[in-house]
Amino acid sequence: MQTLRRSPLYVLLALGAAVSLVPFLWMVIASTHTTAEIFSTPMPLLPGGELWTNLARLQAETGFARVMLNSVLVATLYTVFSCIVSAMCGYGLAKYRFRGRGLMLGGVLLTMMIPGQVLLVPLFQMMASVGWINSFQALILPFLANAFGIFLMRQAFLDFPDSLIESARIDGASEIRTFYRIVLPVARPQLAALVIYTFISQWNSFIWPLLMLNSEEKYTLPVALNTMVGLSRVDYSGLMLGSLLATLPLLIVFLLFQKQFISGLMGGAVKG
Amino acid sequence: MTTTLTRPSAPKEGRSSARSAAGRAARRAARRHRPGYFFIAPALALFALFFIYPLVSSFIQSFQSISGGETSWVGLAQYQRLFDDPLVAQSLFNVFLILVIQVPLMVCIAIALAYILNQSWVRFRTGFRAIYFLPAVTTLVAYSLVFRVMLATDGGAANQMLGMFGMDPIDWLNSEGWARVALIASITWRWTGYNMIIILAGLQAIPAEQYEAARIDGAGRWAVFSRIVVPQLRPVILFSSITSTIGALQLFDENFILTGGGPNNATLTPVLYLYKVGFQQFDFGYASAIAWLVVAIIAVISVIQFRIMREKS
Repeated sequence: MQTLRRSPLYVLLALGAAVSLVPFLWMVIASTHTTAEIFSTPMPLLPGGELWTNLARLQAETGFARVMLNSVLVATLYTVFSCIVSAMCGYGLAKYRFRGRGLMLGGVLLTMMIPGQVLLVPLFQMMASVGWINSFQALILPFLANAFGIFLMRQAFLDFPDSLIESARIDGASEIRTFYRIVLPVARPQLAALVIYTFISQWNSFIWPLLMLNSEEKYTLPVALNTMVGLSRVDYSGLMLGSLLATLPLLIVFLLFQKQFISGLMGGAVKG
Repeated sequence: MTTTLTRPSAPKEGRSSARSAAGRAARRAARRHRPGYFFIAPALALFALFFIYPLVSSFIQSFQSISGGETSWVGLAQYQRLFDDPLVAQSLFNVFLILVIQVPLMVCIAIALAYILNQSWVRFRTGFRAIYFLPAVTTLVAYSLVFRVMLATDGGAANQMLGMFGMDPIDWLNSEGWARVALIASITWRWTGYNMIIILAGLQAIPAEQYEAARIDGAGRWAVFSRIVVPQLRPVILFSSITSTIGALQLFDENFILTGGGPNNATLTPVLYLYKVGFQQFDFGYASAIAWLVVAIIAVISVIQFRIMREKS
């Protein structure tokens, strides 16, 4: 009875769910058909048999395996170094009281408020002047110091009891060892969230790689997908398969680590 | 507060033994905190090199005219140019439309969804939450491409669905009005679930006793929602609105892929215009001025939103 009375609500919820899911389902369906089939009337509603031919063509036309590898490589390197920098800086700001700390903290907050587009022109000029155009270090290095990550890690370390750090010192552990062995393991949940967030942000990064990369063998996923649109005859089914392959890793990470994934994307939104 | 702790208190002329002992202790404390510099050093160096320096450089360049290797100082004329440029006005108008239509629409839907999916009697809650959040997992370029293909005029999925209801196909991406609708629809699809999750987390922070107390006092469902839930959610709604606003002002990927800013610049945004000016026309000075215009607008809107939210609470 209750459920029956509430059924309009469930119909609405189901409709919303359909809206959320349809583009995904359609992407899967489209990537298994030929381009002609995608646009034929009526449109295909079930997966077709073209997945492997689409994949082979995608690889032949764009060297997609290479593109995928580039994206994985850049995102992984960026994630590792960026998280190290963030964790170190967050710890320094949380647990040491040195001169200029307040200034640094204020600076970190400021960088979160200034949109990155301001940096596009001068960073482009910088990379051009040191000859780093079309290099992976140009994608990674300029954005390693991530204000959001520093702030997140600082929040994570603030609650860590000083007495534990003190006793590690008394036991003769070096500052680095104390940080690495005692403090960092406790912040594992936040670090996991940061790792996921950082990886995704680099995986999705588009405008900067678009400016930096100019040869096919260096392309990352979003840039490669974009160039496929620019071709005179657009391979739509290949494009949909490429989009699917670009989304799949994030989908898998999401399904495996829902909790960290969500807290990573939200980052301190609520805890503030 | 911190500086008083670290700064070794300078021994005054009195120089009592207690004082110098305190000074020694302070110096010792300062020495103990010195490794802090080691931990922030990498971030500090990166910030200085890749944030502070470019920021200053961008600001200076916004007063310069840089073309053909010639750099000349044009001062405020660069900013005057912004006001005279119809494309700047057009891109701001486009983004303003998104701000007044898309952001409130999306935040309201997100609040409603979060509220419903926070009720314990709703079945399949976690399933619905995951499904609604799923769009936030897609790569911006990939989902924009999917929408572009779905919105194709001839045989695109959207028009085929309209056809099933006997409606004529719509020229989604090539007519000014529909291109804006398409852009707004895609951003809403991508971000509503994300905002829903943030608001949901805010809802779960509201203590259950408050609902009970209100119910005992005879408050109806709407009263509970408008008098208890919304006021408590204010900081979270503020966060959602500000990040969505900033996101809209920085819009690039979606309209770059969907429409390239067209038709007739109907979906041109300031950042896309900045990209065109800077990296297709190589007018770095003017591109920098556009960038600082975006910074100024974001700053002003953030301050206004903070004010409004504070006054209401």
